[in-house]
Amino acid sequence: MNDAADTPVLRARGLRKEHGEGEGLVRAVDEVDLDIGPGETVAVMGPSGCGKSTLLHLLGGLDRPSGGEVWLNGRRIDDIGEKALARLRRTDIGFVFQAFHLMEELTAVENVELPALLAGRSPRAARRRAEELLERVGLAGRTRFLPSALSGGQRQRVAVARALSNEPSIVLADEPTGNLDSAATLDVLQLFEGLHESGQTLVIVTHDARIAATADRMISMRDGAFVDETRLTGGTTGRLGALIGLED
Amino acid sequence: MGRILLVGRLAVRDLRRRRAEAALLLLAIMAATTTLTLGLVLRDAAGDPYQSTRAATGGPDVVASTARAAGLPGVTAPAKPAGLAGVAELEELAGAPGVVDHSGPYPVTAAELQASGRTSDVQAVGRDAAPASVDQPELLQGGWVVDGGVVLEAAFARALDVRVGDPVTLDGRSFEVVGVAVTAAMPPYPKASCVFPCMNGAVPDGEPPAGLLRNPGLVWLTQADVRNLAPDPDSLAYVMNLKLADPAGARAFVDANGEDGGAPPMRTWNDILEDATELAGDSQILLLIGAWLLGLLAVASLSVLVGGRMADQTRRVGLLKAVGGTPSLVAAVLLAEYVLVAVVAAAAGLAAGSLTAPLLTESGAGLVGSAGTPSITASTAGSVTAVALAVAALATIVPAVRAARSSTVDALGDSARPPRRVGWLIAISARLPVPLLLALRVAARRPRRAVLAVASIAVTVSGVHVLLVLNAFLADQPLAGGYDDAQVEVLRRALLVVTIMLLSLAAVNAVVITWAAVLDNRHSSALARALGATPREVSTALAAAQVLPALAGAVLGVFPGGYALFAAINAATGGDGDRATLPAPWQLLALVLATVLVVAALTAVPARLGARRPVTETLQAGLA
Ligand SMILES: Nc1ncnc2c1ncn2[C@@H]1O[C@H](COP(=O)(O)OP(=O)(O)OP(=O)(O)O)[C@@H](O)[C@H]1O
Ligand SMILES: [Mg+2]
Repeated sequence: MNDAADTPVLRARGLRKEHGEGEGLVRAVDEVDLDIGPGETVAVMGPSGCGKSTLLHLLGGLDRPSGGEVWLNGRRIDDIGEKALARLRRTDIGFVFQAFHLMEELTAVENVELPALLAGRSPRAARRRAEELLERVGLAGRTRFLPSALSGGQRQRVAVARALSNEPSIVLADEPTGNLDSAATLDVLQLFEGLHESGQTLVIVTHDARIAATADRMISMRDGAFVDETRLTGGTTGRLGALIGLED
Repeated sequence: MGRILLVGRLAVRDLRRRRAEAALLLLAIMAATTTLTLGLVLRDAAGDPYQSTRAATGGPDVVASTARAAGLPGVTAPAKPAGLAGVAELEELAGAPGVVDHSGPYPVTAAELQASGRTSDVQAVGRDAAPASVDQPELLQGGWVVDGGVVLEAAFARALDVRVGDPVTLDGRSFEVVGVAVTAAMPPYPKASCVFPCMNGAVPDGEPPAGLLRNPGLVWLTQADVRNLAPDPDSLAYVMNLKLADPAGARAFVDANGEDGGAPPMRTWNDILEDATELAGDSQILLLIGAWLLGLLAVASLSVLVGGRMADQTRRVGLLKAVGGTPSLVAAVLLAEYVLVAVVAAAAGLAAGSLTAPLLTESGAGLVGSAGTPSITASTAGSVTAVALAVAALATIVPAVRAARSSTVDALGDSARPPRRVGWLIAISARLPVPLLLALRVAARRPRRAVLAVASIAVTVSGVHVLLVLNAFLADQPLAGGYDDAQVEVLRRALLVVTIMLLSLAAVNAVVITWAAVLDNRHSSALARALGATPREVSTALAAAQVLPALAGAVLGVFPGGYALFAAINAATGGDGDRATLPAPWQLLALVLATVLVVAALTAVPARLGARRPVTETLQAGLA
């Protein structure tokens, strides 16, 4: 554990991203330094438009920075080719989006096995893994459903299962509960806590203080830069449930 | 393995999810592949029977005769037969360098044949009972010549409806039909080469010159019978068949042994092939024109279909990239979908084309290979499949390149391609009644699609315009092009096939374009309804948005489209446009009106389906 803690899973130095030019120039991410250790859960908070999503996209290789560096597991990823980046996304990074972004024409289990098939696993192994994951997120009975037949919370759980498909070193979640009501939010929250406990490295962008409260570390952003960082003792489901009064 | 499964699964699921669109796409490509198949099968049908007849009969490379061509247009009028003097010339030719084999000279006489009440001029060739090494006609029925027995050329026998065993008379003398055969030494009836002064096809005004044979058929008798039929030995003509060491050099041989030096007139096998396959050639030109028009329409409907799906595809692509799909995998997914459709369309087009082809080739009797159904060769199947795949690849290139280039983040966030706004159209529309106002705005949102709609209708209408002209031409002057009734019938069928395909594809296009507009406007339509427009107003608007371009397209299709196309066809075929009757103004007006009405009817259905969808469902779908 200690040894691994020395090499961060994710490291960013002087990370910058600008949109537009001249008068319309926006510094969405402005000189950010960040280290995320193995097994750590980091929450990123901040007002709308402060650059949270942009930061997450840069960290996950979905977007290219205007400047600065990103390392994943000690390997620099901001300057590698599109193909290598795609391979990296399928093996080392799991994304969870606010809008779920499931393939509408694929069933739940087919959506979950997508990254495994992309990574070249055998169809049989991919299916077995996908079914396990769906069971883990509590959707064992819904594996053959199309996304359109699932509730928002269920869709997001499918998306989480998909993100875990290839045992990524880090899961990046962008407002995973942004489109959910409070009951569904609690489901997804418990899921993330389970991940945290199992040692999964996590970055969660959120507007929701209750979710941030479950993290090891909470970072506040404003105008593209980090303005505050708080180390928390770590939340549990119980405490969280008590906090929002939804414990059953 | 897993990746192949994935690519296949994504392609099949996406097609299944949009069955209607997939079906339309299939129809569009299929119309093009069917017409292409027909064109290619016809090309093979044109060349192949002659080649196989040539092989089966030891066909000559050059046919020489004692007749001499005169320069009357449409009339091959040789001077009077040269009699025995010509025979010496022919025999001299048999010894010319390059000749490896020959048969003849055979005597030929002109006669009048009567069979079951019908009368026709014939050229009767006297042959030996023993088979010849060059031009031994291949028997389709019965046996070879015997004294008192006549063998008829197959197309001629067919035209007269005469069979083996039937009695016929030649210049009043009785003969029995003992055989029906094909040859490669002369084009089939009614295109026979004139050994005696003769003319084929149209009857010019006034009395034809006396002694001129009209549409003569070809028959074979024994040499003795021919000599007996001839009024005197000097009236006989002679033909000789030559085999050359180099068949490809037949033209050069004829030039070297020049006709003007007093040598006998000669025809090469290429000349005969051209005459023998002229009809198939004409049908093929019609089909090729049709294939061009259909190709244009198919491209229009593909552009609309592919363009309409671009926004949707971009989102899928973003998603695939986000979970780790490489640019090449993304391209494979996009391609697989269209390739699947293209392969099915190619197969269906080949099947439909080969089923329709016999309608267009069956009267090419008179050659060995034409009795059966023209078959699809590997090269035809290959070309049709290749074209279908090329269409698929073309349809995929733009989205695939975009996908590879686009930022994943943008793709994921992509809502539909933002519609363009054409300011002046919107300004004008503000003064109009509600449905027209909505209609103009629908058109203004997608100017490129409106242009495609106009182009698609214009292409169709100009095609129909030309078909009207050709149809009138065939009705007025059936023999003008040198065609007999059966041949006019074949050309009619070719026209019919092209017309049906053209109209079906145009209908598919109208529906596709309307449906794309419905999908595109469902959100704003729902909003319009949420703000108080009735479903009827909305669907009227959507239909009107298609009818306006249809009107413009129909007018443009008549002028200049139809005229330009007709001129282009005349230029391509070397035809004579002056003889054609152009459609009357009322016909053109009817064409434009009919087009608009048909488009209105066709678009009403998808427009209504689109307008019926509950408002809330549509508005929510817009959010996801
Ligand atoms: N493609 C773009 N072009 C121009 N500006 C952009 C683009 N994408 C983002 N921005 C700008 O960058 C800034 C950061 O955007 P970002 O989406 O990262 O914010 P956010 O913190 O995720 O906001 P929210 O909480 O609303 O999701 C915003 O000011 C935004 O307007
Ligand atoms: Mg955001």
